Amino acid sequence: MPAAEDTQRGKLKVYLGYAAGVGKTFQMLADGKAAAQRGIDVVVAYFEPHTRPDTIAQIQGLNVLPHRKVVYRGRTFEEMDTDAVLRREPQIALLDELAHTNIPGSKRTKRWEDVQILLDARIEVWTTMNVQHIESLNDQIWQITGIQVRETVPDWVVRQAAEIVAVDVTPEALLNRLKRGAIYKPEMVQKALEGFFKGSNLGALRELTLRQAAHEVDLQQSAYDETRGFQVPRIAESRPGGEADNQPKERILIHITADPSTAMIIRRGRRVADYLHADCTALFVHRGAEMSQLPAKEREAVEKHLRFARGLQIETRIVGGSDVAKTVVEFARRHQVTQIFVAHSQTRLRERLRGRNFAENIVRLAQDLQVTVVADRSRRPGS
Amino acid sequence: MRASDLPKPSPERLLKQVQAEENKRWGARLKIFLGYAPGVGKSYRMLDEARRRRERGEDVVVGSVQGQQSEEVQALLRKLELIEPLQTPSGQAMDLDAMLRRAPQVCVVDPLAAQNPPGGRNPHRWQDVQELLRNGISVLTSVNLLHVEEYREKVQVITGKQTTETIPKSFLLAADDIVIVDVPPDLCLWRLGEKLTPTGISNSQERQLSELRELALLLTAEVVDAQLESYVHTHGIEPVFGTHERFLVCVTPGCNARAMIESGMRNKERFQGELYVVYMRRPDVTDDENAAMESYLESAREAGATTEVLESDGPIEAITEFAREKRITQIFVGHGSDENWRDRLFGDPVLRLIRATEGIDVRVFPG
Repeated sequence: MPAAEDTQRGKLKVYLGYAAGVGKTFQMLADGKAAAQRGIDVVVAYFEPHTRPDTIAQIQGLNVLPHRKVVYRGRTFEEMDTDAVLRREPQIALLDELAHTNIPGSKRTKRWEDVQILLDARIEVWTTMNVQHIESLNDQIWQITGIQVRETVPDWVVRQAAEIVAVDVTPEALLNRLKRGAIYKPEMVQKALEGFFKGSNLGALRELTLRQAAHEVDLQQSAYDETRGFQVPRIAESRPGGEADNQPKERILIHITADPSTAMIIRRGRRVADYLHADCTALFVHRGAEMSQLPAKEREAVEKHLRFARGLQIETRIVGGSDVAKTVVEFARRHQVTQIFVAHSQTRLRERLRGRNFAENIVRLAQDLQVTVVADRSRRPGS
Repeated sequence: MRASDLPKPSPERLLKQVQAEENKRWGARLKIFLGYAPGVGKSYRMLDEARRRRERGEDVVVGSVQGQQSEEVQALLRKLELIEPLQTPSGQAMDLDAMLRRAPQVCVVDPLAAQNPPGGRNPHRWQDVQELLRNGISVLTSVNLLHVEEYREKVQVITGKQTTETIPKSFLLAADDIVIVDVPPDLCLWRLGEKLTPTGISNSQERQLSELRELALLLTAEVVDAQLESYVHTHGIEPVFGTHERFLVCVTPGCNARAMIESGMRNKERFQGELYVVYMRRPDVTDDENAAMESYLESAREAGATTEVLESDGPIEAITEFAREKRITQIFVGHGSDENWRDRLFGDPVLRLIRATEGIDVRVFPG
């Protein structure tokens, strides 16, 4: 993103936690209050109505904008009133739950989309989210907790943040809060203890949060260095012969199909590309002359995957070819791809009898390229 | 697989186990508040927890306090019981005898890294803390990254700040609880009296602090990971995969080991992950090939990788077993030029490995 654009948009600050009740909102409101006391025009644009009592105490003295009331299927819901925030033009807007999905019929589907509008209007936004809502972590979260998170935020939205704050608390303290009834209503506590709050989940989510925050902090340093036009020695101690950074840029190619496992390799490819600072392209190969010749169901699935990839800022390409594996590999060679991402579909008996499945064909054909066969993370290793 | 390849507890875990067993008799817990620099608010967070615990009925006493205190910290201290530290000509020390006589449930020790004046019972304050724990008193304490021995030099390179008072990292790894007090550098500087700057990194001082912050976050993640591992061990549950990228590079003389190991190192650095390099040695290896592989392993170790030589008749099983045990998330393998009778009989080992690993990515490199 060009620097000029950066200075014109509002800044984004994300309070990152690993579960409900770690104290994200509390911390955000406390910081907001401190900012207001320094004379900065801060408003609370949205906070959860079921907020905990000690958090509500934090809101005293802050300017709270009324929520938008929406009636949907006979029930009244509250949403952030984005237009009201725009009219009010505060310096800083505080709002809970970046990952929230708006009630159907709202102008925008996701709260993070409303946040883009505020940032465009040069309003600084402080917001909260849990690590499990980061899109590219979705499969890892599933692998770790057995829970599939539906509400996600694309990584690029989080990466916009000029600042990230890790809100940390020990799982023990969090469980105490939960059992005291400070997080959920009593009838919800048992459900929580069987879900995210179970066993080793909290520790694992906490570790992911800390590592994600460290990664975002690292990106902020790189961004700062770029605007200053110099390279500061990085902290990492392992740098074999100093060659690492002179490596040609990696290019990752994600192979898209109608198979549901495609979403997983898109997320994984995106994440790896981000960490390796690699380019990332997604490719669909259709066998017939035209994509429109695909059966409707298959075409819809493919289009969904292509949209999903674009939503994560991955360039998408569609080409035709009678031999799909060969076409993928040839495309990769032509476009200087260094790494192909394919899903490891469960080998069906039919394929077994024919000798190889698709991923294995790619591995065999692309012996001059790196091929990453992405694991199905809904299955635990070795289990 | 050889007996030596079986899981062996790390020194940290042994230390933790011993400490945990010692303390468990008394139920004493050590909780550490870690910050990356002065001004992040460690003391405040810790004393606020002490206050809340006291209000909930725990017997909490403060044993030592920082020299400089903000108004907020002073306000918290007024709500807490304090055992006056000993004043000596060469400095302050916690009154350990008085604290042991008072025997509260919880003692606040701020900060952890301090030298005791000569003539006292223990040269270092962390030894006082151990004594409290041994006597069944839980401890809340704070430490700054600069004072963790393994980070002292790095912090010094980044900030020029020096210290002679450090605690070993193993002390953090052995703690029952660790909490990072994370705050953006601009707020940290503001609390120390600097002018407030816009959100994000705005100047070179904030840039420096940001680097310390990254180190502190990763250190905390490491401690949390160690705790997770011991939780898994004590509860006998399935290992937790995927919290942290762990790369396993499998090399043989026939594959492009150099490129694979270099890529492994780059990935380790970018993901702040862990790197294992395993050399799959076959019985028919020549001395030259063996020497070449050993030199690759040597360079990998220098770059912080853990290396291992696996001699096995069933390489696929050996790799998957190793990967599972080390909670590997990505395996790097190469197309080999050293196909032997076994491969011709059972098929390409790369393809067999892909089929055998579940839940782990396999990245195949050109030969």
